[in-house]
Amino acid sequence: MNNVIELRNVVKKFGDTAAVDGIDLSVAKGDFFGLLGPNGAGKTTMFRMMTTLLKPDEGRINMNGFDMNRNRREIKKTMGMVSQHISLQSDMTAEENLELHGMLHKMDRKRRKQRIEELLEFSGLSEHRKKLAGHMSGGMKRRLMIVRALMHEPSVLFMDEPTVGLDPSGRRSIWDILKNLNRQGLTVLLTTHYIEEAEVLCNTVALMDHGKIIAQGNPEKLKQHVGAYVLETFKEGKTRYGFFPSEEEALSRAREIGGELVVRRSNLEDLFLKLTNHGVGG
Amino acid sequence: MELLPVLWNEWVFFKRRFWQITSAALIGPVLYMIAFGWGMGRGVQVEGQPYMAFLIPGIIALTTMNSSYNAVAVQLNIHRLYDRSFQEYIIAPVRVISITAGKILAGALRGMYAGTVILLISLLFGSMVRVNVWFILIMFLNSLVFSALGFYAALVVQSHTDMNRFGTFILTPMVFLCGTFFSPDSIPGAIRYIIYILPLTHTSQGLRGISTGGGVNWIHIVVPAIYFLGLFLLGLRQCCRVEA
Repeated sequence: MNNVIELRNVVKKFGDTAAVDGIDLSVAKGDFFGLLGPNGAGKTTMFRMMTTLLKPDEGRINMNGFDMNRNRREIKKTMGMVSQHISLQSDMTAEENLELHGMLHKMDRKRRKQRIEELLEFSGLSEHRKKLAGHMSGGMKRRLMIVRALMHEPSVLFMDEPTVGLDPSGRRSIWDILKNLNRQGLTVLLTTHYIEEAEVLCNTVALMDHGKIIAQGNPEKLKQHVGAYVLETFKEGKTRYGFFPSEEEALSRAREIGGELVVRRSNLEDLFLKLTNHGVGG
Repeated sequence: MELLPVLWNEWVFFKRRFWQITSAALIGPVLYMIAFGWGMGRGVQVEGQPYMAFLIPGIIALTTMNSSYNAVAVQLNIHRLYDRSFQEYIIAPVRVISITAGKILAGALRGMYAGTVILLISLLFGSMVRVNVWFILIMFLNSLVFSALGFYAALVVQSHTDMNRFGTFILTPMVFLCGTFFSPDSIPGAIRYIIYILPLTHTSQGLRGISTGGGVNWIHIVVPAIYFLGLFLLGLRQCCRVEA
Protein backbone atom coordinates (compact mmCIF):
# COMPACT_ATOMS: atom_id res chain seq x y z
CA MET A 1 0.00 0.00 0.00
CA ASN A 2 1.43 3.34 -1.07
CA ASN A 3 -1.29 5.79 -0.11
CA VAL A 4 -0.31 9.26 1.09
CA ILE A 5 -3.81 10.24 2.20
CA GLU A 6 -6.49 7.97 3.59
CA LEU A 7 -9.96 8.93 4.79
CA ARG A 8 -12.22 6.41 6.45
CA ASN A 9 -15.92 7.08 7.03
CA VAL A 10 -15.34 10.82 7.52
CA VAL A 11 -18.38 12.86 8.55
CA LYS A 12 -18.69 16.60 9.13
CA LYS A 13 -22.01 18.19 10.03
CA PHE A 14 -23.02 21.84 10.31
CA GLY A 15 -26.20 21.78 12.37
CA ASP A 16 -28.35 19.01 10.93
CA THR A 17 -26.73 19.19 7.50
CA ALA A 18 -23.97 16.72 6.68
CA ALA A 19 -21.51 18.68 4.52
CA VAL A 20 -19.38 15.53 4.29
CA ASP A 21 -21.29 12.31 4.74
CA GLY A 22 -19.29 9.15 5.44
CA ILE A 23 -16.51 9.50 2.88
CA ASP A 24 -13.80 6.91 2.20
CA LEU A 25 -10.95 8.11 0.03
CA SER A 26 -7.38 7.10 -0.79
CA VAL A 27 -4.79 9.14 -2.66
CA ALA A 28 -1.71 7.30 -3.94
CA LYS A 29 1.81 8.70 -3.74
CA GLY A 30 2.64 10.81 -6.80
CA ASP A 31 -1.00 11.04 -7.86
CA PHE A 32 -2.61 14.19 -9.24
CA PHE A 33 -6.00 13.92 -7.59
CA GLY A 34 -8.98 16.15 -8.38
CA LEU A 35 -12.01 16.62 -6.16
CA LEU A 36 -14.86 17.85 -8.32
CA GLY A 37 -18.37 18.94 -7.62
CA PRO A 38 -20.81 21.82 -7.71
CA ASN A 39 -20.83 24.61 -5.13
CA GLY A 40 -22.01 23.18 -1.83
CA ALA A 41 -21.00 19.60 -2.69
CA GLY A 42 -18.64 19.47 0.31
CA LYS A 43 -15.30 19.93 -1.49
CA THR A 44 -14.08 22.84 0.61
CA THR A 45 -15.16 21.14 3.85
CA MET A 46 -13.19 18.04 2.77
CA PHE A 47 -10.24 20.28 1.90
CA ARG A 48 -10.33 22.03 5.26
CA MET A 49 -10.44 18.72 7.12
CA MET A 50 -7.54 17.25 5.14
CA THR A 51 -5.46 20.38 5.79
CA THR A 52 -6.06 20.30 9.59
CA LEU A 53 -8.24 23.43 9.54
CA LEU A 54 -11.40 21.57 10.56
CA LYS A 55 -11.90 18.54 12.76
CA PRO A 56 -14.17 15.76 11.46
CA ASP A 57 -17.11 14.78 13.65
CA GLU A 58 -16.58 11.11 12.85
CA GLY A 59 -14.08 8.92 11.04
CA ARG A 60 -10.31 8.99 10.62
CA ILE A 61 -7.92 10.91 8.42
CA ASN A 62 -4.38 9.65 7.93
CA MET A 63 -1.62 11.43 6.08
CA ASN A 64 1.84 10.00 5.47
CA GLY A 65 1.08 7.49 8.24
CA PHE A 66 0.11 10.14 10.79
CA ASP A 67 -3.33 10.25 12.41
CA MET A 68 -4.92 13.69 12.06
CA ASN A 69 -6.39 13.59 15.58
CA ARG A 70 -3.06 12.80 17.25
CA ASN A 71 -0.30 14.20 15.03
CA ARG A 72 -1.53 17.46 13.59
CA ARG A 73 1.87 19.12 13.88
CA GLU A 74 3.60 16.23 12.08
CA ILE A 75 1.00 16.40 9.31
CA LYS A 76 1.49 20.16 9.00
CA LYS A 77 5.20 19.58 8.43
CA THR A 78 4.59 17.27 5.48
CA MET A 79 1.85 19.17 3.63
CA GLY A 80 1.65 22.38 1.69
CA MET A 81 -1.60 24.26 1.28
CA VAL A 82 -2.87 26.84 -1.20
CA SER A 83 -6.26 28.21 -0.28
CA GLN A 84 -8.94 29.46 -2.65
CA HIS A 85 -8.58 33.02 -1.34
CA ILE A 86 -5.39 35.02 -1.64
CA SER A 87 -3.77 34.74 1.78
CA LEU A 88 -0.47 36.59 1.44
CA GLN A 89 0.85 39.25 3.78
CA SER A 90 0.13 42.22 1.56
CA ASP A 91 2.63 44.44 3.42
CA MET A 92 5.49 42.03 2.79
CA THR A 93 7.49 41.48 -0.38
CA ALA A 94 7.53 38.20 -2.31
CA GLU A 95 10.75 37.06 -0.66
CA GLU A 96 9.61 38.16 2.81
CA ASN A 97 6.45 36.07 2.45
CA LEU A 98 8.63 33.07 1.59
CA GLU A 99 11.07 33.88 4.40
CA LEU A 100 8.25 33.97 6.97
CA HIS A 101 6.95 30.60 5.79
CA GLY A 102 10.44 29.11 6.06
CA MET A 103 10.87 30.49 9.58
CA LEU A 104 7.48 29.14 10.66
CA HIS A 105 8.61 25.72 9.40
CA LYS A 106 11.90 26.02 11.32
CA MET A 107 14.14 25.91 8.25
CA ASP A 108 17.67 27.14 8.91
CA ARG A 109 18.77 30.46 7.41
CA LYS A 110 21.05 28.97 4.73
CA ARG A 111 18.41 26.55 3.49
CA ARG A 112 15.78 29.31 3.48
CA LYS A 113 17.95 31.54 1.33
CA GLN A 114 18.71 28.73 -1.10
CA ARG A 115 15.09 27.64 -1.32
CA ILE A 116 13.82 31.20 -1.88
CA GLU A 117 16.19 31.57 -4.87
CA GLU A 118 15.05 28.21 -6.33
CA LEU A 119 11.36 28.97 -5.93
CA LEU A 120 11.46 32.55 -7.21
CA GLU A 121 13.30 31.25 -10.27
CA PHE A 122 10.87 28.35 -10.71
CA SER A 123 7.82 30.62 -10.50
CA GLY A 124 9.27 33.37 -12.70
CA LEU A 125 9.05 35.86 -9.83
CA SER A 126 12.78 36.57 -9.43
CA GLU A 127 12.45 40.06 -10.88
CA HIS A 128 9.55 40.79 -8.53
CA ARG A 129 11.20 39.59 -5.33
CA LYS A 130 11.11 43.06 -3.77
CA LYS A 131 7.56 43.80 -4.84
CA LEU A 132 4.94 43.97 -2.09
CA ALA A 133 2.45 41.13 -2.39
CA GLY A 134 -0.36 43.69 -2.20
CA HIS A 135 0.93 45.31 -5.39
CA MET A 136 1.09 42.11 -7.46
CA SER A 137 -1.32 40.96 -10.18
CA GLY A 138 -3.74 38.09 -9.45
CA GLY A 139 -1.61 35.60 -11.41
CA MET A 140 1.60 36.60 -9.62
CA LYS A 141 -0.11 36.29 -6.24
CA ARG A 142 -1.29 32.77 -7.13
CA ARG A 143 2.20 31.75 -8.24
CA LEU A 144 3.65 33.19 -5.05
CA MET A 145 1.11 31.29 -2.94
CA ILE A 146 2.00 28.04 -4.70
CA VAL A 147 5.74 28.40 -4.21
CA ARG A 148 5.21 29.56 -0.63
CA ALA A 149 3.38 26.29 0.05
CA LEU A 150 6.40 24.44 -1.44
CA MET A 151 8.98 26.34 0.61
CA HIS A 152 9.40 23.59 3.25
CA GLU A 153 9.45 20.80 0.61
CA PRO A 154 6.16 19.08 1.49
CA SER A 155 5.30 15.66 0.13
CA VAL A 156 1.65 16.58 -0.53
CA LEU A 157 0.29 19.81 -1.98
CA PHE A 158 -3.34 20.72 -1.34
CA MET A 159 -4.93 23.32 -3.58
CA ASP A 160 -8.44 24.69 -3.24
CA GLU A 161 -9.69 26.10 -6.57
CA PRO A 162 -6.15 27.13 -7.59
CA THR A 163 -7.06 29.11 -10.70
CA VAL A 164 -10.29 30.76 -9.66
CA GLY A 165 -10.46 34.37 -10.88
CA LEU A 166 -7.50 34.06 -13.28
CA ASP A 167 -7.53 34.88 -17.00
CA PRO A 168 -6.84 32.03 -19.50
CA SER A 169 -3.13 32.80 -19.78
CA GLY A 170 -2.70 33.02 -16.00
CA ARG A 171 -4.59 29.74 -15.63
CA ARG A 172 -2.37 27.96 -18.13
CA SER A 173 0.77 29.27 -16.46
CA ILE A 174 -0.45 27.78 -13.13
CA TRP A 175 -1.25 24.49 -14.89
CA ASP A 176 2.32 24.29 -16.21
CA ILE A 177 3.72 24.86 -12.73
CA LEU A 178 1.48 22.15 -11.28
CA LYS A 179 2.26 19.64 -14.05
CA ASN A 180 5.98 20.18 -13.51
CA LEU A 181 5.64 19.68 -9.77
CA ASN A 182 3.67 16.48 -10.20
CA ARG A 183 6.23 15.13 -12.69
CA GLN A 184 8.91 15.77 -10.07
CA GLY A 185 7.02 13.35 -7.79
CA LEU A 186 4.87 15.68 -5.69
CA THR A 187 1.44 14.35 -4.77
CA VAL A 188 -1.16 17.01 -5.60
CA LEU A 189 -4.77 17.16 -4.47
CA LEU A 190 -6.91 19.92 -5.86
CA THR A 191 -10.53 20.89 -5.64
CA THR A 192 -12.04 22.56 -8.67
CA HIS A 193 -15.29 23.14 -10.42
CA TYR A 194 -13.50 23.78 -13.73
CA ILE A 195 -13.99 20.50 -15.62
CA GLU A 196 -11.30 21.35 -18.16
CA GLU A 197 -8.80 21.91 -15.35
CA ALA A 198 -9.46 18.48 -13.88
CA GLU A 199 -9.24 16.82 -17.29
CA VAL A 200 -5.95 18.51 -18.17
CA LEU A 201 -4.25 17.95 -14.84
CA CYS A 202 -5.65 15.00 -12.91
CA ASN A 203 -4.97 11.31 -13.35
CA THR A 204 -7.58 10.46 -10.71
CA VAL A 205 -10.78 12.33 -9.93
CA ALA A 206 -13.56 11.97 -7.40
CA LEU A 207 -16.95 13.52 -8.14
CA MET A 208 -18.76 14.84 -5.07
CA ASP A 209 -22.39 15.70 -4.60
CA HIS A 210 -24.31 16.39 -1.38
CA GLY A 211 -21.33 15.40 0.77
CA LYS A 212 -20.78 12.02 -0.88
CA ILE A 213 -18.41 10.71 -3.54
CA ILE A 214 -20.58 9.50 -6.41
CA ALA A 215 -17.81 8.37 -8.79
CA GLN A 216 -14.05 7.97 -8.57
CA GLY A 217 -11.29 6.88 -10.93
CA ASN A 218 -9.27 7.79 -14.00
CA PRO A 219 -11.04 10.55 -16.00
CA GLU A 220 -10.78 8.67 -19.30
CA LYS A 221 -12.17 5.46 -17.82
CA LEU A 222 -15.00 7.32 -16.13
CA LYS A 223 -15.93 8.95 -19.42
CA GLN A 224 -15.94 5.54 -21.12
CA HIS A 225 -18.41 4.49 -18.47
CA VAL A 226 -20.89 7.18 -19.50
CA GLY A 227 -20.14 6.86 -23.24
CA ALA A 228 -17.21 8.37 -25.15
CA TYR A 229 -19.43 10.53 -27.41
CA VAL A 230 -22.35 12.83 -26.73
CA LEU A 231 -25.15 13.88 -29.04
CA GLU A 232 -26.56 17.22 -27.89
CA THR A 233 -29.93 18.21 -29.29
CA PHE A 234 -31.76 21.46 -28.63
CA LYS A 235 -35.53 21.10 -28.89
CA GLU A 236 -38.45 23.00 -27.35
CA GLY A 237 -36.10 25.33 -25.45
CA LYS A 238 -34.16 22.53 -23.74
CA THR A 239 -30.87 20.73 -24.42
CA ARG A 240 -31.00 16.93 -24.30
CA TYR A 241 -27.99 14.62 -24.14
CA GLY A 242 -27.54 11.15 -25.63
CA PHE A 243 -24.43 9.06 -24.83
CA PHE A 244 -22.80 6.65 -27.32
CA PRO A 245 -19.76 4.36 -27.13
CA SER A 246 -18.44 5.49 -30.56
CA GLU A 247 -18.52 8.52 -32.84
CA GLU A 248 -20.13 6.48 -35.66
CA GLU A 249 -23.09 5.53 -33.50
CA ALA A 250 -23.57 9.13 -32.36
CA LEU A 251 -23.42 10.42 -35.96
CA SER A 252 -25.80 7.74 -37.16
CA ARG A 253 -28.33 8.73 -34.52
CA ALA A 254 -27.78 12.41 -35.39
CA ARG A 255 -28.64 11.73 -39.04
CA GLU A 256 -31.87 10.02 -37.97
CA ILE A 257 -32.95 12.96 -35.76
CA GLY A 258 -31.78 15.95 -37.83
CA GLY A 259 -32.28 19.58 -36.68
CA GLU A 260 -30.08 21.64 -34.36
CA LEU A 261 -27.52 19.24 -32.86
CA VAL A 262 -23.86 18.73 -31.88
CA VAL A 263 -21.76 15.57 -31.69
CA ARG A 264 -18.70 15.82 -29.43
CA ARG A 265 -16.49 13.81 -27.09
CA SER A 266 -17.93 13.40 -23.61
CA ASN A 267 -16.38 15.09 -20.58
CA LEU A 268 -16.58 14.78 -16.81
CA GLU A 269 -19.45 17.23 -16.65
CA ASP A 270 -21.50 14.86 -18.83
CA LEU A 271 -20.71 12.08 -16.40
CA PHE A 272 -21.78 14.29 -13.55
CA LEU A 273 -25.00 15.24 -15.34
CA LYS A 274 -25.84 11.63 -16.00
CA LEU A 275 -25.19 10.62 -12.41
CA THR A 276 -26.98 13.51 -10.74
CA ASN A 277 -29.21 15.26 -13.24
CA HIS A 278 -27.53 18.60 -12.44
CA GLY A 279 -24.29 20.23 -13.63
CA VAL A 280 -20.96 20.86 -11.89
CA GLY A 281 -21.42 24.61 -12.19
CA GLY A 282 -24.02 24.26 -9.47
CA MET B 1 12.26 29.68 19.40
CA GLU B 2 8.80 29.60 17.84
CA LEU B 3 8.22 33.24 18.84
CA LEU B 4 10.89 34.51 16.45
CA PRO B 5 8.95 34.30 13.17
CA VAL B 6 6.02 36.11 14.78
CA LEU B 7 8.27 38.88 16.09
CA TRP B 8 10.18 39.09 12.79
CA ASN B 9 6.87 39.46 10.93
CA GLU B 10 5.92 42.40 13.16
CA TRP B 11 9.42 43.92 12.90
CA VAL B 12 9.24 43.92 9.07
CA PHE B 13 5.88 45.68 9.28
CA PHE B 14 7.20 48.18 11.84
CA LYS B 15 10.25 49.07 9.70
CA ARG B 16 8.14 49.48 6.58
CA ARG B 17 5.55 51.67 8.32
CA PHE B 18 7.86 53.41 10.77
CA TRP B 19 6.76 56.99 10.11
CA GLN B 20 3.06 56.20 9.89
CA ILE B 21 3.22 54.18 13.12
CA THR B 22 5.22 56.84 14.94
CA SER B 23 3.08 59.78 13.85
CA ALA B 24 -0.17 57.92 14.57
CA ALA B 25 1.07 57.06 18.06
CA LEU B 26 2.10 60.65 18.81
CA ILE B 27 -0.69 62.81 17.49
CA GLY B 28 -3.30 62.10 20.18
CA PRO B 29 -1.02 62.24 23.25
CA VAL B 30 0.77 65.38 22.05
CA LEU B 31 -2.57 67.12 21.47
CA TYR B 32 -3.67 66.09 24.99
CA MET B 33 -0.47 67.59 26.42
CA ILE B 34 -0.94 70.83 24.51
CA ALA B 35 -4.68 71.19 25.17
CA PHE B 36 -4.91 69.93 28.75
CA GLY B 37 -1.35 70.50 29.97
CA TRP B 38 -0.39 73.80 28.41
CA GLY B 39 -3.84 75.18 27.61
CA MET B 40 -6.27 74.40 30.40
CA GLY B 41 -3.77 73.27 33.05
CA ARG B 42 -1.27 76.15 33.02
CA GLY B 43 -0.84 77.41 36.59
CA VAL B 44 -3.13 74.71 37.98
CA GLN B 45 -1.96 72.54 40.89
CA VAL B 46 -3.31 69.01 41.38
CA GLU B 47 -2.43 66.91 44.45
CA GLY B 48 0.22 69.50 45.31
CA GLN B 49 2.02 69.41 41.97
CA PRO B 50 1.83 71.25 38.62
CA TYR B 51 -0.91 69.82 36.42
CA MET B 52 1.61 68.88 33.68
CA ALA B 53 3.50 66.66 36.16
CA PHE B 54 0.18 65.06 37.12
CA LEU B 55 -0.84 64.64 33.49
CA ILE B 56 2.27 63.05 31.92
CA PRO B 57 2.03 59.62 33.70
CA GLY B 58 -1.63 59.45 32.65
CA ILE B 59 -0.72 60.27 29.05
CA ILE B 60 1.97 57.56 29.07
CA ALA B 61 -0.55 55.06 30.44
CA LEU B 62 -3.12 55.80 27.74
CA THR B 63 -0.45 55.87 25.01
CA THR B 64 0.84 52.42 25.89
CA MET B 65 -2.76 51.23 26.07
CA ASN B 66 -3.82 52.59 22.67
CA SER B 67 -0.64 51.69 20.82
CA SER B 68 -0.38 48.11 22.04
CA TYR B 69 -4.11 47.46 21.56
CA ASN B 70 -4.18 48.90 18.04
CA ALA B 71 -0.91 47.22 17.03
CA VAL B 72 -2.47 43.81 17.60
CA ALA B 73 -6.20 44.32 17.13
CA VAL B 74 -6.20 46.24 13.86
CA GLN B 75 -3.43 44.22 12.21
CA LEU B 76 -4.69 40.83 13.29
CA ASN B 77 -8.28 41.61 12.39
CA ILE B 78 -7.12 42.57 8.87
CA HIS B 79 -4.90 39.49 8.62
CA ARG B 80 -7.71 37.22 9.74
CA LEU B 81 -10.67 38.67 7.85
CA TYR B 82 -9.31 40.70 4.93
CA ASP B 83 -6.03 39.35 3.55
CA ARG B 84 -6.49 36.04 5.43
CA SER B 85 -2.76 35.75 6.00
CA PHE B 86 -3.32 34.64 9.61
CA GLN B 87 -4.04 31.24 8.09
CA GLU B 88 -0.30 31.00 7.38
CA TYR B 89 0.26 30.74 11.14
CA ILE B 90 -2.59 28.33 11.69
CA ILE B 91 -1.36 25.77 9.15
CA ALA B 92 2.27 26.03 10.28
CA PRO B 93 3.68 23.44 12.71
CA VAL B 94 3.84 26.04 15.45
CA ARG B 95 2.17 25.73 18.84
CA VAL B 96 -0.85 27.96 19.41
CA ILE B 97 0.70 29.27 22.62
CA SER B 98 3.70 30.50 20.61
CA ILE B 99 1.47 32.36 18.16
CA THR B 100 -0.49 33.89 21.04
CA ALA B 101 2.61 34.86 23.04
CA GLY B 102 4.43 36.19 19.95
CA LYS B 103 1.59 38.40 18.79
CA ILE B 104 0.94 39.75 22.29
CA LEU B 105 4.63 40.42 22.94
CA ALA B 106 5.01 42.18 19.59
CA GLY B 107 2.02 44.40 20.39
CA ALA B 108 3.40 45.16 23.85
CA LEU B 109 6.74 46.21 22.34
CA ARG B 110 4.90 48.60 20.04
CA GLY B 111 3.17 50.03 23.13
CA MET B 112 6.54 50.44 24.85
CA TYR B 113 7.95 52.18 21.79
CA ALA B 114 5.10 54.71 21.73
CA GLY B 115 5.25 55.21 25.51
CA THR B 116 8.99 55.83 25.39
CA VAL B 117 8.65 58.40 22.61
CA ILE B 118 5.97 60.24 24.62
CA LEU B 119 8.21 60.11 27.67
CA LEU B 120 10.97 61.80 25.66
CA ILE B 121 8.59 64.37 24.19
CA SER B 122 7.29 65.20 27.65
CA LEU B 123 10.76 66.59 28.40
CA LEU B 124 10.04 69.26 25.78
CA PHE B 125 6.98 70.20 27.80
CA GLY B 126 9.19 70.83 30.79
CA SER B 127 8.16 67.73 32.67
CA MET B 128 10.72 65.93 34.82
CA VAL B 129 9.21 62.47 35.21
CA ARG B 130 11.15 60.15 37.51
CA VAL B 131 11.68 56.86 35.72
CA ASN B 132 13.00 53.69 37.34
CA VAL B 133 12.74 49.94 36.75
CA TRP B 134 9.28 49.78 38.36
CA PHE B 135 8.05 52.58 36.11
CA ILE B 136 9.23 50.62 33.05
CA LEU B 137 7.71 47.41 34.43
CA ILE B 138 4.28 49.03 34.92
CA MET B 139 4.43 50.51 31.42
CA PHE B 140 5.28 47.07 30.01
CA LEU B 141 2.59 45.34 32.04
CA ASN B 142 0.01 47.83 30.77
CA SER B 143 1.19 47.20 27.21
CA LEU B 144 0.85 43.44 27.73
CA VAL B 145 -2.69 43.82 29.16
CA PHE B 146 -4.00 45.81 26.19
CA SER B 147 -2.05 43.86 23.62
CA ALA B 148 -3.68 40.69 25.01
CA LEU B 149 -7.08 42.43 24.90
CA GLY B 150 -6.42 43.39 21.25
CA PHE B 151 -5.44 39.81 20.41
CA TYR B 152 -8.59 38.39 21.97
CA ALA B 153 -10.84 41.03 20.37
CA ALA B 154 -9.33 40.51 16.90
CA LEU B 155 -10.06 36.78 17.07
CA VAL B 156 -13.60 37.19 18.39
CA VAL B 157 -14.89 40.14 16.38
CA GLN B 158 -16.25 39.22 12.96
CA SER B 159 -15.95 42.49 11.00
CA HIS B 160 -13.76 45.60 10.78
CA THR B 161 -16.75 47.78 11.75
CA ASP B 162 -17.32 45.80 14.93
CA MET B 163 -13.59 46.03 15.66
CA ASN B 164 -13.88 49.83 15.66
CA ARG B 165 -16.94 49.66 17.91
CA PHE B 166 -15.08 47.43 20.35
CA GLY B 167 -12.37 50.08 20.68
CA THR B 168 -14.92 52.85 21.06
CA PHE B 169 -16.90 51.15 23.81
CA ILE B 170 -14.05 49.59 25.78
CA LEU B 171 -11.02 51.87 25.36
CA THR B 172 -12.47 55.36 24.98
CA PRO B 173 -14.13 55.44 28.44
CA MET B 174 -10.87 54.29 30.00
CA VAL B 175 -8.92 57.05 28.21
CA PHE B 176 -10.93 59.70 30.02
CA LEU B 177 -11.98 58.11 33.29
CA CYS B 178 -9.09 56.00 34.56
CA GLY B 179 -7.07 58.64 36.35
CA THR B 180 -5.40 59.90 33.21
CA PHE B 181 -6.58 63.55 33.23
CA PHE B 182 -7.95 63.83 36.77
CA SER B 183 -8.03 61.80 39.96
CA PRO B 184 -10.79 59.16 40.09
CA ASP B 185 -11.36 60.18 43.74
CA SER B 186 -13.35 63.15 42.45
CA ILE B 187 -15.90 60.83 40.78
CA PRO B 188 -18.93 60.06 42.97
CA GLY B 189 -20.35 56.77 44.21
CA ALA B 190 -20.42 53.43 42.45
CA ILE B 191 -18.77 54.72 39.29
CA ARG B 192 -15.60 55.40 41.26
CA TYR B 193 -15.47 51.77 42.44
CA ILE B 194 -15.94 50.52 38.87
CA ILE B 195 -13.11 52.80 37.72
CA TYR B 196 -10.84 51.37 40.41
CA ILE B 197 -11.40 47.88 39.03
CA LEU B 198 -10.17 48.86 35.56
CA PRO B 199 -6.52 48.16 34.68
CA LEU B 200 -5.70 51.58 33.23
CA THR B 201 -6.54 53.24 36.57
CA HIS B 202 -3.84 51.16 38.25
CA THR B 203 -1.33 51.95 35.52
CA SER B 204 -2.02 55.70 35.73
CA GLN B 205 -1.79 55.73 39.50
CA GLY B 206 1.19 53.39 39.62
CA LEU B 207 3.17 55.49 37.14
CA ARG B 208 2.15 58.71 38.86
CA GLY B 209 3.17 57.39 42.26
CA ILE B 210 6.67 56.51 41.05
CA SER B 211 6.97 59.66 38.96
CA THR B 212 6.30 61.89 41.96
CA GLY B 213 8.63 59.97 44.24
CA GLY B 214 5.90 58.13 46.12
CA GLY B 215 7.31 54.64 45.51
CA VAL B 216 5.66 51.46 44.31
CA ASN B 217 2.20 50.37 45.42
CA TRP B 218 1.98 46.62 44.73
CA ILE B 219 -1.73 46.71 44.00
CA HIS B 220 -0.90 48.66 40.82
CA ILE B 221 1.24 45.74 39.65
CA VAL B 222 -0.93 42.88 40.87
CA VAL B 223 -4.20 44.07 39.30
CA PRO B 224 -2.79 44.57 35.76
CA ALA B 225 -0.91 41.24 36.11
CA ILE B 226 -4.21 39.46 36.87
CA TYR B 227 -5.85 41.15 33.89
CA PHE B 228 -2.96 40.10 31.66
CA LEU B 229 -3.13 36.49 32.77
CA GLY B 230 -6.89 36.32 32.23
CA LEU B 231 -6.78 37.97 28.81
CA PHE B 232 -3.83 35.82 27.72
CA LEU B 233 -5.76 32.65 28.58
CA LEU B 234 -8.88 33.93 26.81
CA GLY B 235 -6.79 34.76 23.71
CA LEU B 236 -5.13 31.36 23.82
CA ARG B 237 -8.48 29.59 24.03
CA GLN B 238 -9.85 31.64 21.14
CA CYS B 239 -6.77 30.95 19.04
CA CYS B 240 -7.20 27.19 19.66
CA ARG B 241 -10.79 27.54 18.42
CA VAL B 242 -9.64 29.37 15.28
CA GLU B 243 -7.08 26.61 14.66
CA ALA B 244 -9.68 23.87 14.96
